[in-house]
Amino acid sequence: MPEKKPHRKIFIIGGVVATLMFGFCFAMVPLYSMICKATGINTSVPSSELVTKTPVDANMKADLSREVTVQFVTVNNMGLPWDFYPQVKSVRVHPGENVKVFFHAKNATEKDMTVQAIPSMTPTESLSHFHKIECFCFTQQALKAGESKEMPLIFNVDKALPKNIGVITLAYTLFDSTPKVTKEVKKG
Amino acid sequence: MTHEHLAHGDSHHHESPQHHSIKNGFLPWVKGWLFTTNHKDIGTLYLMLSLLMLFYGGGMALLIRLQLFQPGAHFFDPNFYNVLVTVHGLVMVFGVIMPAFVGLANWMVPMMIGAPDMALPRLNNWSFWILPFAFTLLTISLFIPGGGPNFGWTMYAPLSTLYGPPSTDYLIVAIHLMGISSVLGAINIIATITNLRAPGMNWMKMPLFVWAWFITAFLLIGAMPVLAGVVTMVLFDRHFGTTFFNAAGGGDPVMYQHLFWFFGHPEVYIMILPAFGIISEVIPTFARKRLFGYEFMVGAVAAIAILSYVVWGHHMFTAGMAVGTQLYFMYITMLIAVPTGIKVFNWVGTMWRGSMTFETPMLFAIAFVILFSIGGFSGLMLAIVPADYQYQDTYFVVAHFHYVLVAGALLSIFCAVYYWLPKWTGRYYNETLGKWHFWLTLIGINLTFFPMHFLGLAGMPRRITDYALQYAEFNAVCTIGAFLLGFSQLLFLYNLMTTIFGKGKKANDRVWEGSHGLEWTLSSPPPYHSFNTPPNMATLEGEMDHKFEKVLDHH
Repeated sequence: MPEKKPHRKIFIIGGVVATLMFGFCFAMVPLYSMICKATGINTSVPSSELVTKTPVDANMKADLSREVTVQFVTVNNMGLPWDFYPQVKSVRVHPGENVKVFFHAKNATEKDMTVQAIPSMTPTESLSHFHKIECFCFTQQALKAGESKEMPLIFNVDKALPKNIGVITLAYTLFDSTPKVTKEVKKG
Repeated sequence: MTHEHLAHGDSHHHESPQHHSIKNGFLPWVKGWLFTTNHKDIGTLYLMLSLLMLFYGGGMALLIRLQLFQPGAHFFDPNFYNVLVTVHGLVMVFGVIMPAFVGLANWMVPMMIGAPDMALPRLNNWSFWILPFAFTLLTISLFIPGGGPNFGWTMYAPLSTLYGPPSTDYLIVAIHLMGISSVLGAINIIATITNLRAPGMNWMKMPLFVWAWFITAFLLIGAMPVLAGVVTMVLFDRHFGTTFFNAAGGGDPVMYQHLFWFFGHPEVYIMILPAFGIISEVIPTFARKRLFGYEFMVGAVAAIAILSYVVWGHHMFTAGMAVGTQLYFMYITMLIAVPTGIKVFNWVGTMWRGSMTFETPMLFAIAFVILFSIGGFSGLMLAIVPADYQYQDTYFVVAHFHYVLVAGALLSIFCAVYYWLPKWTGRYYNETLGKWHFWLTLIGINLTFFPMHFLGLAGMPRRITDYALQYAEFNAVCTIGAFLLGFSQLLFLYNLMTTIFGKGKKANDRVWEGSHGLEWTLSSPPPYHSFNTPPNMATLEGEMDHKFEKVLDHH
């Protein structure tokens, strides 16, 4: 019979590699968001930082020669029972001017809840030219049962926006971030 | 049911162990097969499991095609249709193709390299006997309240996490078992090939089937644990409050796809590299010529295996990916056509000016080369990003992967069984029936899957239980083809069983006129323990010199 030692060596190496590959899956969790954030490869990574919050030059004059349509879309994640919609579906803005719009939110449930709105934007080329000065998405929004609120968004689109972009769509997805969820997990 | 027949077969091999015949008692028969550590026994068990699963998964395929025969929801409710599609895919991938290749490796690798058995025989027994439990669990999952797994074999989150039925947990455990089985099997194959080669059988003398399996084993060790990991994360998301794949908790469902396909793409090569090995054995035999370009064949398999780890993104072009990333995945995917092209070229080069005869294995091998190339070409089309936006999730994709998995992997398995069956049993199968099986299968495959290309180009989406009227004619053709394909496998079953149980002309050691390699120097059927003493060096050299034509030969 052949010697047993080399078999054991291969078995151990193979087992270690297999275990490492199993662990690789879980290592991907932090790595994935790091890679996506660093490179911007996956534009769907939820990050309000993608929308730049640069201060606006007060002296900047609006570019009256052209208008851009900004559309607002709202989605409730996983059938979240809130009323959540923009007061205006779209606005036409001159690049450079500040615009204020309101989003209506109502906690239609019978318990107090906290939510977080996560933005995403198309086309992606407009990301660096769309500046939010004030936004309800910067913080979590807590509403008591049945309470409603008009939530402001002040933004401007800068003049460097590429000329071929005529429509910008800003979508907000409302996520339930009521702290209760995490408590349940701890209990379980 | 076949106990009497089993007894017939036994009279021929005198040195057979007790459990090869049920005549020696039922308990010894069961115990013998349950505790066997013999590579040939375990190979047979794997192949038998694969055969059983072929009819199981094939039956599901026929139910799917029955539902799609005409527009309108006729037979099943949509959820059960989704369950059928899911379990059909899982059974065919993990229950048919992979066990069949592992079974062939068990039978042939030790005989081809002049070893007495596999390196880790008890581990080998365990790798096999995990599988029946895995598939029992998978089958039980069909009967759990809430229905069987219904999200497709890819098990995408959140379909399998937030929306998955309770049976998903059974599926996850089944996949864990399959993963453990494959990884242990792969380690065993690597240990066997590394340590047990006969003196004189150096790396560049190894038959291509052995090379292909050696490389496949590395793919298995690298890829299967990733699948096990990702389904574990699904399990955590389902029950332990994690949100790996749930955006509401900071996770990302697209990451599921990245991880799944990081396993999934090596997986498709796990299912085709051993096929390349088989075809590289069969074509030289019946062309009566040495295999052309041996080193390039080995190199091409290795190149394909390495590339398979870096192309997973082409499954997710429409899932949200930056343009640069899409371009990278497109170009690197197309690059795989180069080593694959080398293989096809060398097979044709081997046949070129050979004295070819067309026994059943050769017919299957030639059909493999042609039909697999068609599947490869549709793969190239799918690799083109803008075209993929059109083809994604249509029947074109279904046509593509059935051409590579049915017309590719499955045909190569038939090819291998016909090729080595006389060696295994000592008897030739019925050649006429074999040819009937071949032609009916060939017609069945093309009738079933070729029209799916057109359905896909016309926009028919996959995974739907009902479809628009304009797709009716082609779907009817597909269904007729599927039933032809399905029922012609009964010919194979009959031919196989009668040969195993002692019908058919006796085969000599060589079996085929042009066969070369160590396995053909053994008797047919081979002794229960082959190569207890290593093969003679001169025999080995002689066999291998007749097997390959080396480009870089220094002798």
